[in-house]
Amino acid sequence: MRRLLLALAVLLSLSAGNVPAQDVKLLNVSYDPTREYFQDADTAFKAYWAQQSGQDVTVTTSNAGSGKQARAVLDGLQADVVTLALAYDIDVLADKGLLARDWQARLPNNSSPYTSTVVFLVRKGNPKQIRDWPDLIRAGVQVITPNPKTSGGARWNFLAAWGWALRQPGGNSHKARAFVTALYKNVPVLDTGARGATNTFVRRGIGDVLIAWESEALMALQESGKDNYEIIVPSSTIVAEPPVAVVDAIVARHGTARVAQAYLQFLYSPQGQEIAARHFFRPRLASVAGKYAAQFPAVKTFTIGEQFGDWRNVQTSYFADGGLFDSILEEAQ
Amino acid sequence: MTAMARSVLPGFRLSTGYTLLVLGSCVLLPLAALLWTACELGPEGWWAQIGTRRVLASLRLSFGAALLAATIDAVLGLLVAWVLVRYRFALRRQFDALVDLPFALPTAVAGISLTALYAPNGWLGSRLLPLGIEVAYTRVGVLLAMVFVGLPFVVRTLQPVLESMESDLEEAAYTLGATSFQRFFRVLLPLLLPTLLTGYALALARAIGEYGSVIFIAGNRLFRTEIAPYLIVQKIDSQYDYRGAAALGAVMLASSLLLLVAMAWLQRWTRRWAVVR
Amino acid sequence: MAAVAAVVSIGQPARTTHVARVVLVLGALVVLGWLMVLPLLAIFAEALQHGLAFYLHAIREPDTLGAVRLTLTVAAIAVPLNMVFGLAAAWSMAYFEFRGKAWLGALIDLPFSISPVVCGMMLILVYGKNGWLGSWLEAHGLQVIFALPGLVLATVLVTLPYVARELIPLMQAQGSDQEEAALTLGASGWQIFFRVTLPRVRWALLQGVLLCNARAMGEFGAVYVVSGHLRGITNTLPLQVDQLSQENFSAAFAVASLLALLTVFTLAIKRLVKWRHGGEWNAND
Repeated sequence: MRRLLLALAVLLSLSAGNVPAQDVKLLNVSYDPTREYFQDADTAFKAYWAQQSGQDVTVTTSNAGSGKQARAVLDGLQADVVTLALAYDIDVLADKGLLARDWQARLPNNSSPYTSTVVFLVRKGNPKQIRDWPDLIRAGVQVITPNPKTSGGARWNFLAAWGWALRQPGGNSHKARAFVTALYKNVPVLDTGARGATNTFVRRGIGDVLIAWESEALMALQESGKDNYEIIVPSSTIVAEPPVAVVDAIVARHGTARVAQAYLQFLYSPQGQEIAARHFFRPRLASVAGKYAAQFPAVKTFTIGEQFGDWRNVQTSYFADGGLFDSILEEAQ
Repeated sequence: MTAMARSVLPGFRLSTGYTLLVLGSCVLLPLAALLWTACELGPEGWWAQIGTRRVLASLRLSFGAALLAATIDAVLGLLVAWVLVRYRFALRRQFDALVDLPFALPTAVAGISLTALYAPNGWLGSRLLPLGIEVAYTRVGVLLAMVFVGLPFVVRTLQPVLESMESDLEEAAYTLGATSFQRFFRVLLPLLLPTLLTGYALALARAIGEYGSVIFIAGNRLFRTEIAPYLIVQKIDSQYDYRGAAALGAVMLASSLLLLVAMAWLQRWTRRWAVVR
Repeated sequence: MAAVAAVVSIGQPARTTHVARVVLVLGALVVLGWLMVLPLLAIFAEALQHGLAFYLHAIREPDTLGAVRLTLTVAAIAVPLNMVFGLAAAWSMAYFEFRGKAWLGALIDLPFSISPVVCGMMLILVYGKNGWLGSWLEAHGLQVIFALPGLVLATVLVTLPYVARELIPLMQAQGSDQEEAALTLGASGWQIFFRVTLPRVRWALLQGVLLCNARAMGEFGAVYVVSGHLRGITNTLPLQVDQLSQENFSAAFAVASLLALLTVFTLAIKRLVKWRHGGEWNAND
């Protein structure tokens, strides 16, 4: 009985961790591959904000799959800001009244301070001679890409392939569907997340080509050495625009609206952009982009807006239960 | 609940009341929420969620592989428990302690390390590949992960019974000239069968619901290596569809309960059979 | 294979042939080596891949230490709760006959047959923001899901039957004669419980508590759904391993080895106690 009381006391003391008035806490709910980036950005912002306002801000960043994170915020995770892989996951929060429906217009560049593109990672020497999208559907080529249902990043991969096929001479949705179906026929392992897929390709040695965000591919290259892998840039690909937003309902309750807003704006500042570039995200700011030009090759890209409209449409027609992706996967088996 | 407390001991209300309170708040209330949410779909919506080829395939895999894994566990677990109880050899205690490993090892770790071992470039996988055996990213991998998590249930259920089992019967059988095979199949197995079934049922229940360790080694290919719990995760994490997920969860729960009831019935039957023999 | 050479049977049916014995022991060792030792070795091999310095650095990261603290805290709350539950359930189930007893027994075992993922989801349906109690909790400023109480609830739910399952069969088999004798000698209910029953079942209780503890520290599926993944705040050790496996494989395995060591430590305690009180233990088995 005494142990029980002790346990209860521990429980209470833990949940009642009081915060001095001058200290601010901010929770950033993010998706998987941003961990290293936000570790640096959070530290830099702490120094910046102390100088600006004299407050000591502690930013905690939570990382998991983008969709899972959005669901967690819906279920009550107290996120002051969300920085997710795709706009639909924030639209869902807006639908439930957690933030304004026009959230994406509140910050520059569709509320995405940095971008990436979808590229191929192949083994050194490119033994299967993979140069462009059509090479991925050749017989005997194994493609690694995660499941778009559980990985937000993989939805961009899917749309990159689909968009490329649409943009070919005489391209239409029928041909695009046939192309993407053939592509998923070559996928031997459907991982749950982007990092899982990278691990399958790099550590388990499965597959001939990994479809990945440029940021992930550059990072894998940095970690495993340039002697083992090469990045192949396809003839055209999609711009992945991971969005950020302040969650109005939650900052109102926490009284953190000002610092949350400043945090997101900091990501657009030269300092924030520089940190993004160092972590292989393409910066929006021209001055920083120029400095890191050598790191990011010129790519012919299209945006989701140009090719598909908005994320709500994409979600309902492609990724809903029983949607296009499901039937493609069924055909591909 | 009416107390027909034949016992003279005090504390019936307190102990039963507390038990019911905990069960009510921790098990029954959440369970009711699950069934309620699943029922919101209505029969047609429910069938639309469950009746698809994909869901049925994943249920078949989860239950089929779990049944097979529990069977393998029963055989291997009987062997391990027997040896650990009946024989003395060097490092016996260390091996005995190892049996609990799958209980404690987070299932995600188990999954990752099994994948590391059995992937085509892994220590075992690279040796099995020339023999034409692929484990990682196939149904064999799913089975392996389930065998791993289920084994301690069988061993730990059998051990105390084996320890307490009297050898009179065996000795009698021996003096009557029974061979060791006869002794095992005619004398020991019938006695052990009820307990073995308990262990089998526990291993089965665990394997059906297993997520963490399977997900890494399965490869999650549609119709082939996609387990039912992963479909639940997909429903809530990409569609925010709690109703669909609850429907699938309820079906899984109901099916495993049915299996366990069948198991309990079988157990009663074997017990009677053992006595008659 | 010196182990096999040293095989000496002291088991009761000492007449099994030597060959059969060696084959059986070898078979069991192969099974254990294949299923248990290899994965364990794989964990340590991957963890130490980059040397000891890297290993020590990985397990001393503040977030990892936070995860160790959290895991111990959750276990320290959930295990005693389940211990009390197990004792109450066993007292009721073993010493009384009442209508619906079979149902109660089935209910106690029920958590075994719920997938951990479903367990976590059920808790969200009740305690989450949009759950049954969600708005009430929010109005009172209580955070259950994505905070410590949620982690404890998930752990309690998943490990609920372990202690009860150890105690019920033992107490049923032992019967209540001694307790009834104590009652006629004028002992009160609590006196009977602490002086008669508890000493009689302490080894089974310890066994149940240790199993419950091992399972509680290693739980993944259910807490995965209700954690929110705040590093150093709501990330338990298994979740920390999962997250690290997304980022840095060797660090993930280093933390995993920590968990394996924690388990070995728990099991070593069991060994120690069993060895010290070997006679009593066996008498109770």
